[in-house]
Amino acid sequence: MLSRGPLRFQLNGHPAELRCEPSRILLDLLREDLHLTGTKRGCDLGTCGCCTVLVDGRPTLSCLTLARLVEGRSVDTIEGLSPAQGLSPVQRAFVEHGATQCGFCTPGFVVTATALLNAHPHPSRDEIERAISGNLCRCTGYTKIVEAIQAVAKEP
Amino acid sequence: MSAPPPSYRLLGRSIPYVEGPLKVTGRAEYTDDIQRPGMLVGRLLRSPWPHARLTSIDVRAARALPGVYAVLTGERYPTPFGVLPITHDETAIAVGKARYIGDIIAAVAAQDEATAEAALSLVRAEVEPLPEYSDPRMGVGKVSDPIHARGLMGSNIQKEVVQHFGDVDAVFAHAAFTARVRGTFAGVTHAFTEPLATVAEATPDGRLTVWSATQVPHYLHRSLSEVLGIPMHRIRVIKPEVGGGFGGKSDPLPHEIVCAALALETGRPVKILVDREDVFYTNHGRHPTQNDVRIAASADGTLLAYDIEALIDGGAWSSFGTVTTYYNGVLAMGPYRVPNFRYKGRRVYTTKPPSGAMRAHGGTNVRYSVEVALDMLAEQMGTDPFDLRARNALPPNSKTVNEFRITSTSFLKCLAAAREKSGWNERFRRLPYGRGLGLGCGFYISGSNSPIHFSPKMPQSTVHLKVDMDGGIAVHSMQADIGQGSNTLLAAIVAEVLGVDLERVHVQRVDSDVSPVDLGSYSSRVTFMMGNAARAAAEQLKARLIAAAAELLGLRAEELEVAQERIERSGHPETGVTFLEALHKAMETEGALVASGSFQTGPMGGSFKGARAGTAPSYSFAAYVADVEVDVETGEYRVRKVWAAFDCGRPLNRLAVEGQIQGSIHMGLGQVLGESMNYRGSRLFNPSLLEYKIPMPQQMPEVEILLVGDDDPEGPFGAKEAGEGPLIATLPAVGNALYDAVGVRFTELPITPDRVLRGIDQRVKEGRPWKGA
Repeated sequence: MLSRGPLRFQLNGHPAELRCEPSRILLDLLREDLHLTGTKRGCDLGTCGCCTVLVDGRPTLSCLTLARLVEGRSVDTIEGLSPAQGLSPVQRAFVEHGATQCGFCTPGFVVTATALLNAHPHPSRDEIERAISGNLCRCTGYTKIVEAIQAVAKEP
Repeated sequence: MSAPPPSYRLLGRSIPYVEGPLKVTGRAEYTDDIQRPGMLVGRLLRSPWPHARLTSIDVRAARALPGVYAVLTGERYPTPFGVLPITHDETAIAVGKARYIGDIIAAVAAQDEATAEAALSLVRAEVEPLPEYSDPRMGVGKVSDPIHARGLMGSNIQKEVVQHFGDVDAVFAHAAFTARVRGTFAGVTHAFTEPLATVAEATPDGRLTVWSATQVPHYLHRSLSEVLGIPMHRIRVIKPEVGGGFGGKSDPLPHEIVCAALALETGRPVKILVDREDVFYTNHGRHPTQNDVRIAASADGTLLAYDIEALIDGGAWSSFGTVTTYYNGVLAMGPYRVPNFRYKGRRVYTTKPPSGAMRAHGGTNVRYSVEVALDMLAEQMGTDPFDLRARNALPPNSKTVNEFRITSTSFLKCLAAAREKSGWNERFRRLPYGRGLGLGCGFYISGSNSPIHFSPKMPQSTVHLKVDMDGGIAVHSMQADIGQGSNTLLAAIVAEVLGVDLERVHVQRVDSDVSPVDLGSYSSRVTFMMGNAARAAAEQLKARLIAAAAELLGLRAEELEVAQERIERSGHPETGVTFLEALHKAMETEGALVASGSFQTGPMGGSFKGARAGTAPSYSFAAYVADVEVDVETGEYRVRKVWAAFDCGRPLNRLAVEGQIQGSIHMGLGQVLGESMNYRGSRLFNPSLLEYKIPMPQQMPEVEILLVGDDDPEGPFGAKEAGEGPLIATLPAVGNALYDAVGVRFTELPITPDRVLRGIDQRVKEGRPWKGA
C-alpha cells in the first residue's frame, strides 16, 4: 500500500495524482502542497477536529492520517462539499442559525455534520451530539451548531 | 411618562453574520492560510528551565546549517514592551535570563520546517539555574533572585493595590450578619481554536507588513514600532479572520515581534505558526487566584461592607496584571450598593506561563466568592437570595462608593425574570437530595473608559465610510472581529441609518494603512464605542443624501426621511427618490462621498489612586439560575438548565447576543466543571486540548435566555455589552446550586467530582444536614 510511486486518489470528485513522501501527513498535503486551506490546523494531535475531512465518506482527522493511506480512496474536503454557486443545505443552516462565530472550527463541523446527515438523515439530538463530540468549538457552546444540524434533519 | 423606545428596521432582529458564507465554505482567510512568495518558516526555541540566567547562547552551528536564513537571540531587539505602558517588562526574546518553561530564548528562520527544527536543536545554551518561584506565596517577601528587578521592595510582587472607602472595621464590629468565603481558583486559559500565527514581510520600499491573529491590531502596531525602532507609518498591520481570542490575542505577543524581526533580518516573508502546546505556554489566561471575601449586613438585610483580599499568581510577566489587580477588587462594586469597601490585592510574579486578560477579566473569581457569601448571608437571615439581592440593587443613575457612574441598569428586571422563569419560589430548597437550584449575579464594564495607549482626548473609535457611484458602501475601522460579530453589527448600523440593504455595505479587512484607529476587541468595548462611531459616520452621509434628495424633489430636507433603499417625503411615501438617485445627485458636487465618525467617552472616576480602573460608559447586568443534578455516589454532576437573565441594553443583533451568552455559559461552566492549568512546581502538566478539559456538547445545559434590558441612554441605539458579562454569573449560579443539591459550600474551582465527594463526606462526618435550613 505504501508504494513509492505517485499517490492516486479521488480528491473532491476529481482524480488526483501527485508525488508524496511516505511520511507526509494528509493535512500537510492538503494545506501546504495543494493549498486547500479550508481544512484547518488547530492542534496536530487529533484533539480539536478542525482538520476533519471525509475519507470514503467517513469523517477522518487529516492531521492523524498518513497521506499514503488514502491511495485509491476518495477524499472530500470542505472545498469539495461547497457547491460552485451558493451553499449546501448544511452550510446554509450554519449561516442562518449563527452556528459560526470565529469560524475556525466551522469547516470541520460542516464536514462532520454532512457525513452524519448522509448516513442518518434524521438523527436524534443525542446522535448529533455524539457525532460532533470530536469537534471542538470554543465560541458557541454548541447550541446553535446543534440547532443548525437539527434544522437540516427536519427538512423533507 | 417617557416615550416608548423606537423600533428599527434591521437592528434588534437576528442578523446572520455577514462573513458566514465564507466561513462555512472554508473560504475565510486566517493568518496561517496566507502564502507569500519565498516565504520562510520561523520557529522558536523555548526555555526548558523555569528560572535561569542565560550565561551564553551559541548559535554558530545553527547559523551554519544550509537552509537557515537567520538565527536571533534576545540581544538583537532588547527593547522591553508590554500591553500597559507602565509595565514594559517583556522582551521579544529572553535577554539575560529565562523566566518560565516556555520563555522564548532563540528564534530561527529557515527554508522549511524540518530545517528550522534542526537548527533549533543545534542552539547551545549555557545557563545558571535560579530559584523557582512557582507559588505567589513564595514571592510576597524579599527573595534572593527576584524574577524582575521591578518587583516591589526586592520581592516578586508586581502590583499591590490598597483601597479603603468608609470604615470597614467599625462596620464589621457591629454588623448583625457577616459571611466569609475564602476562594481558590485554578488558572484557566482561552483555548481559542485558531493557534497563534503571524506572517511578516519587509519590502525594499522600506516598509514592513505584518499579518497577525490579533484582537488589538493597534497595540500590536505600537509595540512593533517601539521594539523594532521603525516609525509606525512604515509598518502596516493587517488582521485576517481571527479564530477566537477571548483575551488571549489582546496582548502584543513576543512571537509577533520575533516574526517581524526575522522578516527584517532575512528580507524574506516569514511565517510563525505557534503549535498548540506552545499556545498553552504562551497562555495569558485567567490568573490562578486566592481570595478572601467578607461581607457585613445589617439586621434588615442591607449590605454594609465588603472586605476583600486577593493574592494573584501573575506568572512571568506583567501583561494586563496591574488592571487585573484592581479589577479583582473593584469589579465587586456592582450590582449592589456597598457603602463601605476595603480591598487589598497583590499580583505576584511566578516562574510560570504569564497570566493576563481572559473573558470577563478580573471580574470572575471575586464574583464567585461574593455571590457565594451572599447566598450564605441570605441563609443566615432566613431571607430568599433573590430578595437579599433585590433589596441592595444599585439604582439607575447612581454612583458606587468608589465613584463608578451607573447609568442604565435593569438588574431588578433580571432578578424578576430569572426568578419567575426558573420556578424558583416553588423549587428552591425543596428539591430532593442531589438536585438543586442556585442564583448567581454579576455586572461588567461595557468598554473600559481608559484607553491604554494614548491620550484620552483622542477618540477610542473611528469609523470611515466611502460610497462611490456603484452604490456600495465601504466601511473602514480597526475594530477587530474575532468571531463575536462586530463586522455584522458595523454593517447593520450603517445600513440602518442609511435605509439601505445590508448587502450594499462592505466592511473592509482591518489594515492599518486604511483603517482608522479603533482600540480593538477587549474590555467588551466594541458595540458601545464602535457602534456610536459608526452611527455618527452614517448620520453624516445620510444628511448629505437627504440634502441631495431635497434638491431633486424641490423639498426641504426636514420634510424627508430614509425608507427602504429610498428617501421619501415623511407621510407621503409616493414622493421620493431612490438611494442611488440621491447618491448620484450628491456626487455631482464632491465625487465619491466619504464620512468619518468617532466616539470617545468623557472623563470618569474619582481622584484617588487607581480611580479609573473599572470605570466604563455603562455596565451590563446579569441574574442567572442554574439547575444541577448530582450523582452523590460518584460526585459527578450535570447542569441541566441555566436561566440567563441579562441586561445588555437593547440587543442589536439577537443572533449574536444569544451566541455570546451561550458561549459565555459554556466557557464559564468549563472553569467550574474541570478546566484547570495543572502545574507541578512551575511545569505545566496539561498543555493539550486532550488534557485541558473543555466541556463537551453533552455537558452543555439548556439555556433559556431572558433579555430584559431597557435602552441605555448613551449606548448606540440603546445597546451595551454582551461579550463578557454573560460569563460571570454562570460560576456562582452553579456553585450555589450545588449547595442546594448536596449542602456543601464549594470554594475551590474547578469543582471536580472528587471534590464534590470529599465535600459530601466532610459534611456527613460533621453531622450537618444537607439542606442548610
